[in-house]
Amino acid sequence: MHVDIQNLCIAFPGATGISHAVRNVSLSIGNEKLGIVGESGSGKSLTARSILRLLPRSARLSADRLAFDGIDVLKASESAMRGIRGKRAGLILQDPKYSLNPVMTAGAQIAEAWRMHRKGGAREARDGAMDLLDQVRINDPARVFAAYPHELSGGMGQRVMIAMMLAPDPELLIADEPTSALDATVQAEILRLLDDLVSRRGMALILISHDLPLVSHFCDRVAVMYAGRIVEQLGAGELARARHPYTTGLLECLPALSHPRPRLAVMKRDPEWLK
Amino acid sequence: MKRLKALAATAASVPITLFGLVLVTFLIGRVMPIDPVLAIVGDRAPADVVAAVRLELGLDEPLYVQFWIYLGKLAIGDLGRSVMTSHTVWEDIKRFFPATMELATVAILFASCIGVPLGVLAAVRQGTKVDHTIRVVCLAGHSLPIFVLALLSLLVFYATLHWAPGPGRQDIMFDEQVPAVTNFLTVDALLARDWDVLRDAVAHLIQPAAVLAYFAMAFIARMTRAFMLDALAGEYVITARAKGLSAARVIWKHAFGNIAVRLITIMALTYAGLLEGAVVTETVFSWPGLGQYLTVSLLNADMNAVLGATLVVGVTYLAFNMLADLLYKLLDPRVS
Repeated sequence: MHVDIQNLCIAFPGATGISHAVRNVSLSIGNEKLGIVGESGSGKSLTARSILRLLPRSARLSADRLAFDGIDVLKASESAMRGIRGKRAGLILQDPKYSLNPVMTAGAQIAEAWRMHRKGGAREARDGAMDLLDQVRINDPARVFAAYPHELSGGMGQRVMIAMMLAPDPELLIADEPTSALDATVQAEILRLLDDLVSRRGMALILISHDLPLVSHFCDRVAVMYAGRIVEQLGAGELARARHPYTTGLLECLPALSHPRPRLAVMKRDPEWLK
Repeated sequence: MKRLKALAATAASVPITLFGLVLVTFLIGRVMPIDPVLAIVGDRAPADVVAAVRLELGLDEPLYVQFWIYLGKLAIGDLGRSVMTSHTVWEDIKRFFPATMELATVAILFASCIGVPLGVLAAVRQGTKVDHTIRVVCLAGHSLPIFVLALLSLLVFYATLHWAPGPGRQDIMFDEQVPAVTNFLTVDALLARDWDVLRDAVAHLIQPAAVLAYFAMAFIARMTRAFMLDALAGEYVITARAKGLSAARVIWKHAFGNIAVRLITIMALTYAGLLEGAVVTETVFSWPGLGQYLTVSLLNADMNAVLGATLVVGVTYLAFNMLADLLYKLLDPRVS
């Protein structure tokens, strides 16, 4: 599995002209854990979702190359895309409160994903879904299987989401801020679970977040995005060597228990970064 | 258990609403500046006859006593006698209401079967020519007054093209040919296995039903489109697509599945609206339904008939409202 992105641009035509959400992004992702970090609107989600071609309808997508394991995503038919979506690459969204279908039980949604990409009847799908619920460490699979999303906590919901996306055994998992909507303690659990599942199954992972230290701790490589561009790519544990003033500025703003400071730094943005 | 409680709460609200309905209808009937006595005896009757009838109707009593008497009669199903038809109002309603129901039922079936797919299609193709066309068609449906639509359709399909049979519920030569069992003419014809009557009844039914259906379809399609746009923008639709599901499954199972309950509510209320609001259509097409009965009774100051028919319409509306409420509570897992 290899994702190759060259000169990706995503733009939205609007009343006041075209706004460029992603500009000339090039990325290459192999069998690794890549983190994409950036503030809201920096284009990190759009970049990741373009791999599955799951962009808003009004988005204008262009690139020199956008390929998933040799399949040209720009030119692929809708049915070819459906062979990638779910089956080879899963997408985990931010808040299970909105990303799970509110009128289907958790079990039905997992079983649906299972049946979509694997051979088997309703009974096998049910067993498969139960097994997946077990794999995402849910103690009481039978109860969660029959529960509607509003009856589940945020952490439970996110586990259901992960189970659903793991059902067809994908090679790549895109997690779009999977823990932002969760409590801090639950965040850690979900991340540990993701880490464990990814390494056990040998999947690639794209983790989108706005938490720079967390991502650098968790991933093999980090891409920092600002205003639609990748401003810096760093290896794991190389945060200290960050060069770009945006990255260093972000790190400066972090409070640390070990080095208490009377006043935190404030990021000064330079219009030069946009050029 | 929670559900049972919710059902009980809904059921408990019924008598209160019904009482309010009776009270308001009764008061409107009594304060109207028409004299029910004159409607019965005529305006040349001698004064002692007028006084005697007034006494007989209980109109000399204070208003609250009159209301009490009316309630007492209502409790045993006595709606009084219609001056105009000289039948009891209840008999009249049993005869006229099925005609309205037949019309409204066919209309709501047409409207739903066409309106829902059109609304979904418009939402899925939002902003395209398909969407614009559907919206213009629907705009005409709910902005043209229904009598204009009815008269135009009579002019075109009856007077000019001769495709449709004229106004009325059936041709005069078939009048009373099949025994009235349910008073739904099509059903009665089916029961009697009289195919000529059936064909004639269906032919008469299609045009007024289509006019009503167009009006209802416009509303249903517009609501479906709005609900669908809302649903399609949901995150769970992205999830469903990310699972690799087909477009049809994403649209019908996931997005539509989320709005189905709301649509059922809309359809139930539209149906109730058709049952009470077919007055104009029934008048234009001389359809012998409750709407026409109500209009003619009102114009003849036949207050027992007006009150009775209004109550029936009100109770029907209430019943459908409750039904929609119940369906919502039973079908949507989020409401408990």
